[in-house]
Amino acid sequence: MANLKISNVTKKFGPLTANDNVSLEVSEGEVVALLGENGAGKTTLMNILFGHYVADEGEVEIDGIKLPAGSTDAAIRAGLGMVHQHFTLAENMSVLENIMLGTESLWSLKSTVARSRRKLENLSNEYNLHVDPDAGISELSVGERQRVEILKVLYRGARILILDEPTAVLTPAETDQLLANLKMMVAKGMSIIFISHKLHEVLAISDRVTVLRHGAMVGEIETRNADKAILAEMMVGRKVTRPKAEVMEPGSIVLELENINVAGKDKATDLLSNVSLNIRESEIVAIAGVAGNGQRELAELLSGLRPWDSGEFKYRGEVVSKADANEFLKMGFGRIPEDRHHTGTVGEMSVWENLLSENLRKSPFWKFGTLIDFSAHRKKAAELIEQFDIRCSSMDTPARLLSGGNMQKLILARTLTADPKFVLANQPVRGLDEGAIAFVHEQLLAARTNGAGILLISEDLDEIFSIADRVGVIYHGHISQLLNVRKTDIQQIGAMMGGDMKAVA
Amino acid sequence: MDWVELFISAGFWAATLRIAAPLIFGTIGELICERAGVLNLGIEGIMTMGAMAGWMWVFQGGSLWGAVLFAAMVGGMFGLLHAILTVHLGLSQHVSGIGITLLASSLSYFLFRMLLPNTTTPPKITSFQPLDIPFLSDLRFFGEAFFSHTALTYLALAIIPIAIYLLYRTPIGLATRMAGENPVALEAQGINVLMIRTGAVIVGSAMMAIGGAYITISAFDAFFFDMINGRGWICIALVIFASWKPGRALFGALLFAGLDAFQVRAQQLAGGDIPYQFFLMLPYLLSIGAMIIISKRMQYPQALLVPFRRGDRI
Repeated sequence: MANLKISNVTKKFGPLTANDNVSLEVSEGEVVALLGENGAGKTTLMNILFGHYVADEGEVEIDGIKLPAGSTDAAIRAGLGMVHQHFTLAENMSVLENIMLGTESLWSLKSTVARSRRKLENLSNEYNLHVDPDAGISELSVGERQRVEILKVLYRGARILILDEPTAVLTPAETDQLLANLKMMVAKGMSIIFISHKLHEVLAISDRVTVLRHGAMVGEIETRNADKAILAEMMVGRKVTRPKAEVMEPGSIVLELENINVAGKDKATDLLSNVSLNIRESEIVAIAGVAGNGQRELAELLSGLRPWDSGEFKYRGEVVSKADANEFLKMGFGRIPEDRHHTGTVGEMSVWENLLSENLRKSPFWKFGTLIDFSAHRKKAAELIEQFDIRCSSMDTPARLLSGGNMQKLILARTLTADPKFVLANQPVRGLDEGAIAFVHEQLLAARTNGAGILLISEDLDEIFSIADRVGVIYHGHISQLLNVRKTDIQQIGAMMGGDMKAVA
Repeated sequence: MDWVELFISAGFWAATLRIAAPLIFGTIGELICERAGVLNLGIEGIMTMGAMAGWMWVFQGGSLWGAVLFAAMVGGMFGLLHAILTVHLGLSQHVSGIGITLLASSLSYFLFRMLLPNTTTPPKITSFQPLDIPFLSDLRFFGEAFFSHTALTYLALAIIPIAIYLLYRTPIGLATRMAGENPVALEAQGINVLMIRTGAVIVGSAMMAIGGAYITISAFDAFFFDMINGRGWICIALVIFASWKPGRALFGALLFAGLDAFQVRAQQLAGGDIPYQFFLMLPYLLSIGAMIIISKRMQYPQALLVPFRRGDRI
């Protein structure tokens, strides 16, 4: 008998159908992977299951009993537990407080702190999930925070565990640890719904895979009959191959940092500490690392948005004296920012305005030294939309209405049309689907062929190993020695991302 | 010599407590709202309304404690209005708060005029009288400084430990603090964020109104215009000064009240040498200075001012 049964769920957000008649069953002790690209409707489905959203049609049953729609409380009491993609923890509070929240009657006049602490410690030992109950959440690493989220769910006695993209923020070693823990929970009779778009994890953990595409269920397969190629095709709907970098002879050094230091706000810790690296023409240098280790500061430094405290910054052999975004652009820097929506585009402005916003003062878009030449401007925009295949209803569409992939194409078009000598690509494919990833990689490789030096900041090791030439790891503001990608492997880089810099051979 | 005497006089310390009491009610009320993630700029108006409602209840023949309850109820209703606008409809907390201040103050004056169209001197009521505590009230210095106050003053002091206990030792307090830190976490644990926030704003506003009533039925014995005179705004500053912690709010309220009691006495001591306006300014000037010093270490509720909408696309 099915433990959990979702039948014919449909959910619409305005004109967008996020879930289209989706059904799913999970039995006791079973791991079902929900596979799909970003925007395929996986998270929406789980949010309906967990009562965050109310479905337009369809229903959810647990052990044959229908769950009331839109009640998270009822879902929890029925034995559902969800580890959200974005953790639902309060940073200024302790682990114990975060876990105890909602477990006692709100009207009780006393918290049973001591008893809760004992229960938490027992759970920690039973499932081998160790974390200090009195530590503040802000002191914990991302892996530890996830442990708190899982403990929170176990504490409430969940029998069906939903994990939404649980490995997105973990290092490879932390991922292995998580998968081992999950296997132990399954052995104790728990059911798991594992949401992911990473094929190797899905193959490693699940018994059965259900694939969603554009909100609809497109297939289901027993994991033992599946492999990466089959799943990828089910997920994308067609065969997509990511391009791979051909070996190229790099040219002279374009950009060089030597012992750059950036102090934190409190001056006690360094955000970037003795960073040295160089990027040559026709070369992609990747910086790998878990988010929050100084990537943002490095990107701001190279965009001219953040001054440095000491060290030398050289561009094509000349010393750059200060951070000045406008000056950097004039010198031939190109930038693909991490946050497409907030720093990459101006959402309320049209596609054509966004396309040329960095080239504004270049002739022929500038008239009489003060005015924008509209016709030249729009003509160029039309060319770029054609060339980079930006799908928009017209060039006057506000940029915020573009999909993630098309927004990234817009940014690529704007950046690469200026023929930059140096390109900073910060997480250029995060959140994009396979087709768009392949396109972005092709464009970056084309810029490399044209002689640009590219710095790629990424958390995705597959991406790094397919297009980069050299790779360094950023950890707590330090950047390791750069290694030749063709002479290292994922295990070594993974170990370094976890802080084991000794892994540098 | 005179200046030393000022600080060792029982009158100075008694005045400090008296000035601090309404600030304590207001500050704890505001603190509860903000801990749940809602800034309540309606405080100035709600305190005025509380002052008016408390006074009116007694003027119409009601009991003093009945007046406290009535003021709290009226304050709670304005809190409900603020919660509907900011929590349920997700409107700007600043705009709604200022609107409520304007509405509540004007309404208080309007009601006062309706009730007494022709008076020029506000009528007096019998206000809370100092409690005579056996033995303690007879002590030298301490008796006059700390044990010659009204019941409402002692209530103000009592709500500090009560607020600390409720916020840090009970499930509802944990839920309230979480609503101001990360409402999504509440939602994910099956607790209704809107209910928690609404409740906090109502309770907080009721306390502000009690603070207002203190002025008319304990500190003074009449209602007149501009009586609250910026005390609500001071409470907003005190919450920040206290880094959203009730214990520190008590310290802040006493510090400010001490400065205020000092400036009144310093005016007399200084005679005509320094314009009295300078002394009036002192407490505010020093508050600004204190805020600048503590601002760097401030740890404010992460979700303060952030509306929470259920079922929105995340």
